[in-house]
Amino acid sequence: MTEASTTSRPGLVEQVIRRHPDPVSVRFRGLSDRTIAWLFISPTIVLLLAINLFPLLWTVYLSFTNYRANRPNAELRGMGTTYYEQILSDPDVWESMQATAHFVIATIAIETVLGFAIAYLIDRKFRGHAFWTTVILIPMMLPPAVVGNFWKFLYQPQNGLFNAIVAPVLGVSPGSFQMLGDVQLAPWSIIIVDVWMWTPYVVLICLAGLRSIPDYLYEAAEVDRASPLRQFWSVTLPMALPFIMLAVLFRGIENFKMFDLVNLLTSGGPGSTTEVASITLKRAAFESWRTGYASALAVILFVTVFGLANIYVKALNRVKQR
Amino acid sequence: MIVDEHSRRTNIEARPPGFVSGLLRLRRAPWEMVATILIGAGVVMLMQPLSIDLYGWSFAVILGGTAMFLVVSHFPD
Repeated sequence: MTEASTTSRPGLVEQVIRRHPDPVSVRFRGLSDRTIAWLFISPTIVLLLAINLFPLLWTVYLSFTNYRANRPNAELRGMGTTYYEQILSDPDVWESMQATAHFVIATIAIETVLGFAIAYLIDRKFRGHAFWTTVILIPMMLPPAVVGNFWKFLYQPQNGLFNAIVAPVLGVSPGSFQMLGDVQLAPWSIIIVDVWMWTPYVVLICLAGLRSIPDYLYEAAEVDRASPLRQFWSVTLPMALPFIMLAVLFRGIENFKMFDLVNLLTSGGPGSTTEVASITLKRAAFESWRTGYASALAVILFVTVFGLANIYVKALNRVKQR
Repeated sequence: MIVDEHSRRTNIEARPPGFVSGLLRLRRAPWEMVATILIGAGVVMLMQPLSIDLYGWSFAVILGGTAMFLVVSHFPD
């Protein structure tokens, strides 16, 4: 645009300036773009620190005191590492850790085998495979509160669907056994629900692993006249293994923290048969009101999960590098 | 990739350092492996049903492994 034309229409420049305001850094004179960016994201960072970091640090602090949430005005005394020593020498807490271990090992073993098998079947194209994939994934999408409540109905000894189906298979009457009330069966009732709910998650991860295997590997195996079983052991399984490990690690961390399903189905009972670590924590914090003790247990569980999460991130990076 | 004098002359890339030499040269991968083993051992100690003494030491082992993991993840590759 020439000077003549600009001067001939004096309002045009003002109109352009009005429509295209100055860059942010020009308007906030003296501040760099980086500073302005920090200004914009700082409220979010402050909020995240307030809701994530502060409770964590406060819990660590409380774990060294005799604080009780039901007596907030009582005198606060430092307890040092007393609660940690109590927890790490308490046979009841040790037992709850073992109950957690049983639950974690059983669910992971079943979910991995079942999840990989279903993923292997779904990976092969068949009629209506998209529909069945969606159907299989439904349990994972339901809220745990809903799942816990409707499985409680399914497990009813007199009129529950589970007993009605299983009893004829075992040749006993439906009312003769209680899944949630029996010491032997209660842990398995929770394992069944967790497997039902979270196997689809393992299916999804395994499916991603199976679909990432390039076809030329199978073509090369066929040229070498490898049998389908040999192809499975030498191509499919090694290539999908990092994904399977990822699923195992992720479900392990999640099940170590399991609370909602156990609380809804058995609340740790009968007795303390299904009392996993998170239920012990809840009982110490909100039934015995030993907040300092419960905080120490929470810190122990947090450090354990944090350590496992580090391994998880490392495994995830390894999968990404492939 | 580390290339030594012989490899440079022969135009062959050197292998990455072994586990022990990686530990001595403060490389990330072997130290992360040690930290991972510590964390795993600590979790097993926490949940095993055999010895309450092992259970008592489990938290210290997990904490040590986790702290080590945080430090060694800043080591060079």
